[in-house]
Amino acid sequence: MRQLLAIVTALMVLGSPLLATGPSLAQSKGEIVIGVQCDRTGATQIVGTVLCPGFHDYVALVNSKGGVEGRMIKALEVDHEYKVPPGMEAYERFKKDGAVSVAVYGTPHIYALAAKLTEDKIPGTSPGFGSAAAADGVRYPYIFPIAATYWSQGTAAVDFAKKQLGGSLKGKKIAYIFYDNPAGREPIEVIQDLAGREGFQLKEFAVPPPGVEMGAQVLDIAQRYRADFVIAHLFGGAPAVSIKELKRVGYPLKKVVSFVWGSAEANIEAAGGFQVAEGYYTMQFAGVGTDYPVLNEIREMYKKEGKPAPKEMASTVFYNRGVLIGALHVEAIRNALKAKPDGKITGADVKAGFEKISNFTLGGLVPPLKITNTDHEGGGLVQIWQVKGGKFEKVTDWYAAYPDVVAKHIKAAAAK
Amino acid sequence: MIQRECGVLKTTYEADMALYPLPIARWTMLFLGVIFFGIIPMGLHEYYLSIANLVWIAAVGALGLNILVGYTGQVSIGHGAFMSVGAYTAANLANRLDSPWPVNLIAGGLMAALIGAIVGIPSVRIKGLYLAIATLAGQLIIEWTINHVTFISGGVQASIEVARPRLGPWVLSSQRAMYYFLLVFVVLAIVGTMNLVRSRVGRAFIAIRDQDIAAEIIGINIFRYKLLAFAISSFYAGVTGVLYTYYLGIANYEQFQIGVSIDYLAMIIIGGLGSVLGSIFGAFFVTLLPIVIRYTMEAFGGIFFDPQTVLNLIPNLRLMLFGALIIFFLIVEPDGLNRLWRNIRNYFRIWPFAY
Repeated sequence: MRQLLAIVTALMVLGSPLLATGPSLAQSKGEIVIGVQCDRTGATQIVGTVLCPGFHDYVALVNSKGGVEGRMIKALEVDHEYKVPPGMEAYERFKKDGAVSVAVYGTPHIYALAAKLTEDKIPGTSPGFGSAAAADGVRYPYIFPIAATYWSQGTAAVDFAKKQLGGSLKGKKIAYIFYDNPAGREPIEVIQDLAGREGFQLKEFAVPPPGVEMGAQVLDIAQRYRADFVIAHLFGGAPAVSIKELKRVGYPLKKVVSFVWGSAEANIEAAGGFQVAEGYYTMQFAGVGTDYPVLNEIREMYKKEGKPAPKEMASTVFYNRGVLIGALHVEAIRNALKAKPDGKITGADVKAGFEKISNFTLGGLVPPLKITNTDHEGGGLVQIWQVKGGKFEKVTDWYAAYPDVVAKHIKAAAAK
Repeated sequence: MIQRECGVLKTTYEADMALYPLPIARWTMLFLGVIFFGIIPMGLHEYYLSIANLVWIAAVGALGLNILVGYTGQVSIGHGAFMSVGAYTAANLANRLDSPWPVNLIAGGLMAALIGAIVGIPSVRIKGLYLAIATLAGQLIIEWTINHVTFISGGVQASIEVARPRLGPWVLSSQRAMYYFLLVFVVLAIVGTMNLVRSRVGRAFIAIRDQDIAAEIIGINIFRYKLLAFAISSFYAGVTGVLYTYYLGIANYEQFQIGVSIDYLAMIIIGGLGSVLGSIFGAFFVTLLPIVIRYTMEAFGGIFFDPQTVLNLIPNLRLMLFGALIIFFLIVEPDGLNRLWRNIRNYFRIWPFAY
């Protein structure tokens, strides 16, 4: 009996790959394939479960309107749990299925794929994460940050602090509280540069992973260092903890600006809701809220199918970012198809398509990026939104600050 | 069945010391060699080779961890960190001194062995769960050091790009080239481990695992052999880290975090502690199972749910199924896949004359 059971299980193990790994049919139907990595179950699932549906909904919308230049788009998603080996496997699968662009998900993944993307000539996007030096389109021809990198976010945050503190930072104290990993430390050099230039005092406060314990740092910021302004760069559950702790020690949240990964509804809700976080400033690389024409069209599309709009749409920050990423991929493919009337586009064509994106705003949801073959970031534009009266309220329009400082650091990184 | 195990008479010491004394075993190895060196890399699409490459990397690491945990009985949760030591050593050498990959590979392994032996020092005094926590501390300290010392990490991003390995005129960058590159090291690792565990050193390891006081009484230097086990295991880990670095073209500290150490422990526990074949089985199982589950879900999920729900369901169900299957296999055979395989083999060995 026992042995029979052993044999049956062994046969199952041996047989299942044969059953499952049939050839994929995606590329045979004239569809254009975009590879989408996602993380719905791993360390960053609060982002992935909302962002990826945004991507798919935009692609579905494009397809429902007849596709791009008459061609349907297939967004092939593979979840990688935020682990590197499954991410590599996902990429190879996209390549096998003929993907012309890949929406990479996760900082370790864009690093791990950097060499591969260039060798295979497939453009990959890393919006809001990955190395800031990748904005350099000459050094990394196939990596497209397509949103403000951490360096651009750093300069934008300093500029915002300057405006909030009355136009000058001379002699002011700024605290930079960050998640102690490479992504968290990346903007420090830029902010330090600006500290010398603007004459403010800068103190960095590291929050060790997993970032749920920062009572000491916050107390220091509020009561010993007495910061005039706080720039926060935290991930996962840490932003919510920072809001709670700052609130507890009585530090005014209207003197705090958070980078893009601590600025979603989910972070605010985890901190105890919008009443608790009243005044908190957030930085965004996609428009926030439900009031954009493209989102209305998506709702219309669902209505026509007789379905309610997906619940993910209520979490507008991440959902809209998903729409933004999807839209930029589709736009790059549109540009590529326009340049190639025969419709046989490759990754290299889509790369050129990305580099033609200019002033594509989708009714205000996407910043007026200008991506060129040297600048893959597209200008590093952000908006600041404030938690006010139970929702996010727009404080600034799209802006980028100190482009010369960012450019200097990109140049220095390229020289290494 | 077809094999005849009796009548294999050994007349020389060489024959007695052969790895595979039975002719059928030698034929099987030849057969496997043809499959893995010939048929698979020639016949399969690069995508499948990329999966195989991930398995090969995992296999070398799992073999190393099995020497320490399975054969010597010392628990370690620091395997991922030892991999990162190898990876950063190689990446730094490649970029600063422009040294060729074989040098980097060995240097990475040796550096990891040194660090591993240092982290293993507490094993002389503590055992079991306490040692697990001591190695966990090693993992965290190494992670922190790489993360914060820019001399090692090459900048705040803690990632160093390395050029593709070159073999004479060829640059090994395609998955097919990488497949052969990695497979050579898998074979070396397997042969090395098989010979190690039947040598004087390996038997000392096993004696320590089974009863360390008894081992000491029969004259085994516990201190030396425990540290040696850590060093050898970490050497494998370091080599894995270097291979991984060359495979990806970059050393990045996020590839070697604590989760990786846990994954490798899972591999050897599922595969079978204290067996070479078990490590390979474990590497296959842990790497392939999520992929197989995903394909199955993609094929059949659409029948029951709409596409958006399937996308959300796949990763969650995959995690649940993965966990459930691990429990299932461990209940069916607590000694891992290796024992399962032996049971099957023993059943057929006397088939159809079982009694």
